[in-house]
Amino acid sequence: MMGYENQGYEEAHLYASKEQMASIVLADDFSPPSDGSKSFPDDPLSSSQFVDIPTNDTDPLQPSPSKQALNPSPSTIHSILDPPSYAEAVFRSFDFDSVDSGDMNGQDGSALASPSSSSYYLKISVSDPQRELEQSASLVPGGSSYFTYLITTFTNMPEFSGTEFNVRRRFKDVVALSDRLAESYRGYFIPLRPDKSVVESQVMQKNEFVEQRRAALEKYLRRLAAHPVIRKSEELRVFLEASGKMTLVRTTDVASRMLDGAARLPKQLLGGKSLDGGASNMSEVTQPTKGGRDLLRIFKELKQSVANDWGGAKPPIVEDDKEFFEKKAKLQDFEQQLINVSQQAESLVKAQQDIGETMGQLGLAFVKLTKFETEEAIYDSQRACAADMKNVATAAVKASRLYRELNAQTVKHLDKLHEYLGMMLAVNNAFSDRSSAFLTVQTLLSDLSSLHSRIEKLEAASSKIFGGDSSRIRKIEELRETVRVTEEAKTCAIREYERVKENNRNELERLDKERHDDFVNMLKGFIVNQAGYAEKMASVWETVAEETSGYAKK
Amino acid sequence: MITTINEQQKSGSALLVGSPRSPSSQSPYLMVSVSDPAKMGNGVQAYISYKVTTKTNFPEYDGPEKIVIRRYSDFVWLRDRLFEKYKGVFIPPLPEKNTVEKFRFGAEFIEMRRQALDVFVNRVALHHELQQSEDLRIFLQADEQTMERARSQETGIFLKKPADLMQIFKGVQSKVSDVVLGKEKPAEESDPEYEKLKNYIFQLEDHLAEAQKHAHRLVKRHRELGQSLSDFGKAVKLLGNCEENPLGNAFSDLGTKSEILSTKLQREAHHLLMNFEEPLKDYIRAVQSIKATIAERANAFRQNCELAEAIKFKEIDMNKLRITRSEKLGEAQHEYEELKADGAEATRRFEKIVKLMNEEIIRFQEQKTLDMGLAFHEFAKGQADLANGIACAWRSLLPKLEACSS
Repeated sequence: MMGYENQGYEEAHLYASKEQMASIVLADDFSPPSDGSKSFPDDPLSSSQFVDIPTNDTDPLQPSPSKQALNPSPSTIHSILDPPSYAEAVFRSFDFDSVDSGDMNGQDGSALASPSSSSYYLKISVSDPQRELEQSASLVPGGSSYFTYLITTFTNMPEFSGTEFNVRRRFKDVVALSDRLAESYRGYFIPLRPDKSVVESQVMQKNEFVEQRRAALEKYLRRLAAHPVIRKSEELRVFLEASGKMTLVRTTDVASRMLDGAARLPKQLLGGKSLDGGASNMSEVTQPTKGGRDLLRIFKELKQSVANDWGGAKPPIVEDDKEFFEKKAKLQDFEQQLINVSQQAESLVKAQQDIGETMGQLGLAFVKLTKFETEEAIYDSQRACAADMKNVATAAVKASRLYRELNAQTVKHLDKLHEYLGMMLAVNNAFSDRSSAFLTVQTLLSDLSSLHSRIEKLEAASSKIFGGDSSRIRKIEELRETVRVTEEAKTCAIREYERVKENNRNELERLDKERHDDFVNMLKGFIVNQAGYAEKMASVWETVAEETSGYAKK
Repeated sequence: MITTINEQQKSGSALLVGSPRSPSSQSPYLMVSVSDPAKMGNGVQAYISYKVTTKTNFPEYDGPEKIVIRRYSDFVWLRDRLFEKYKGVFIPPLPEKNTVEKFRFGAEFIEMRRQALDVFVNRVALHHELQQSEDLRIFLQADEQTMERARSQETGIFLKKPADLMQIFKGVQSKVSDVVLGKEKPAEESDPEYEKLKNYIFQLEDHLAEAQKHAHRLVKRHRELGQSLSDFGKAVKLLGNCEENPLGNAFSDLGTKSEILSTKLQREAHHLLMNFEEPLKDYIRAVQSIKATIAERANAFRQNCELAEAIKFKEIDMNKLRITRSEKLGEAQHEYEELKADGAEATRRFEKIVKLMNEEIIRFQEQKTLDMGLAFHEFAKGQADLANGIACAWRSLLPKLEACSS
């Protein structure tokens, strides 16, 4: 796993000196942020005890100049992949006019957004975490508890049986959903679910953890809803719609059954009747993910993959989809560069934060100096100096605020990079699906070839005995039957493999298109933002330069 | 009186005393500049020498122009001599000795020092009292050997030991600790306005120090931001290689622009250092020079008081002797006359200092307003130019980017 440790851009909660600034005030017309976002405490506008600065430029960033960009940075990668919160609907930023309206407000910031064709919406929100006690007797005496979350859905999609749903789900259910989707949608770029993060019950009680999980769940579900194929899935529908305990059907893929017990297969293939009470189509709540049934298959495929890598013989077939491998290599390179840019972007944000902070502190120092000079002034020259200082101090404080806002926006735009990093994980999963599907085919082919050679040997041995060898003949018959069944399995496996390949292909196309659009918007947003704030800063400083132009060297 | 000080001081070129620009042979002028720093010597003993050029028509000075080579300790010698001779005047400050950075002799450091030395010498040359100084003439005119001799002669006598300075300052700030340590509280002025001035000076230094600290950090931040932008630009370019054109090109352009802006930021950092932080440091040094003058005044005051007391005691003595018709009366009277002369001298010295300080403080405030005004202007202008440059660079990327989305 790539170790994206703590890549969330730090919260734009930047300036310790903000509190200091609150007490020494320059009255100007920035209005305080009204969304209560915790990064920006109220602007120090209230008490203008000190100096009245009649600035006549209204800040075009009003009404709400500073919008929070990020969640607090938890350490799990999935939470870090969260898109920023949605104050931008209100925020009148510089990039408002240059960005397609579909991007900012529409799709909850997920990396692969806007199922463009449909006008169907699927809006999900997660709220109201509540503690519930474990019903059944658990191994741990004293009864454990867990949290459930209220999942509210609004939709007009025809797949759903209504337009509004409210269900309660716990994290285990989300894990089940994720697992089922992984099984059913092999080859798709499925958004990753939040980490399980094994926690002790004490940690569970902390509000922060629960809140983080709630937010993470919401992001995850919204991403699912944004995926053009998965949003229509049965699994998601059941998860969102079905009241009471959630049941998600577990399908067992045919090839897997092949490899376990060929004997059992024919009836399953032909009649669809369940043979043993176990692996069947009607199962109850969550089954253990890897039961005994799968072990044999895992073992066989492992053997095959070892044979592929280290065995002297050439593997039965080799993937020859050159185009795909080129694409894959390109994507790996892309991922590398993405990591790199993401890291540099983080440094950039830090540097912007630092310069803004220092500018603010400088302004503050000059504010104090101005106050001092004004109080102690005896000579006119002192008063003139104090007046100049005041202008500089004001400008510096304003510039500092502008840096802070610039940074909040920068974080928001560059966050796209982060999202695509998360996307790459999903891509890698999809490629793994393909590899494992292929491995299954290879394994079956190996099986077939070893069956054939056994038959050959038996036939050769049996032909030497006059009149036939009835036991051997019987054996040969059994083997032929197995061969027949395995052939059918092989056909299934190949079909599955092709299906996964097709899914990969489609998803790659989708990724390319959406990545292109997303990146164009990201660049535009970033650039317009930087330019806009630079212009504002220029204007602030030009005023001071003008006011002090009398001192300039001729 | 001194007129158009400001521009002249900073540029280090045409300085006129009491008349408009163009020097004519009639009106007296004294123009000085410090230039061409050159590294001399090797290793631990290495130092920087500067070319000091004097253009003047002062009668005591040689020829219309003279060039001498001086080093930092020569400037220190001059400053110390002026401080001794012209008590009451705020002697222009020198840049710090900075023994550590000296070893590295970075180009920026040398340039800052040269600039500060140039400012120093010009201020001396412009000061109506200081410009008359014989020591100044020696500094500006004497050959290197004479200079070296003068320098090594004087260091022993006039260099104040740190302990002495500390004692003086303690007296000035009238700390209770003096009483605690068992020292007699030295006599002090009780002029409330002067008290106010002293407090002002001390507090001013603190405020300025803080402002300068942040100015220094701001320079650093510009450099850091420049560096991150450069790194960011490089990474963005590489990412652009993964994308098809025209998006790939857009990334590439973004990367290039980032690198350009990085250069702008480095330039602005330098500009801030020389034109904003350095004037602030200069302001602080000037305030420290004032503190030294304050200490001198306290000294003079104390001497004056001590003598006044000694005279009083002598009078009492003499009266005693008169009554007893002692032979020592004559001697005592002689001593008394001497004491009175000394007392008058001390009083005169003290009063001169007071008078000078009153003039100096006005001059200082005016000068500072001009100096800081210029520094603020440079700061604001630098920031404005930088910001405009940044905005321009970013905006130039947009047309191509627009083409991508269509």
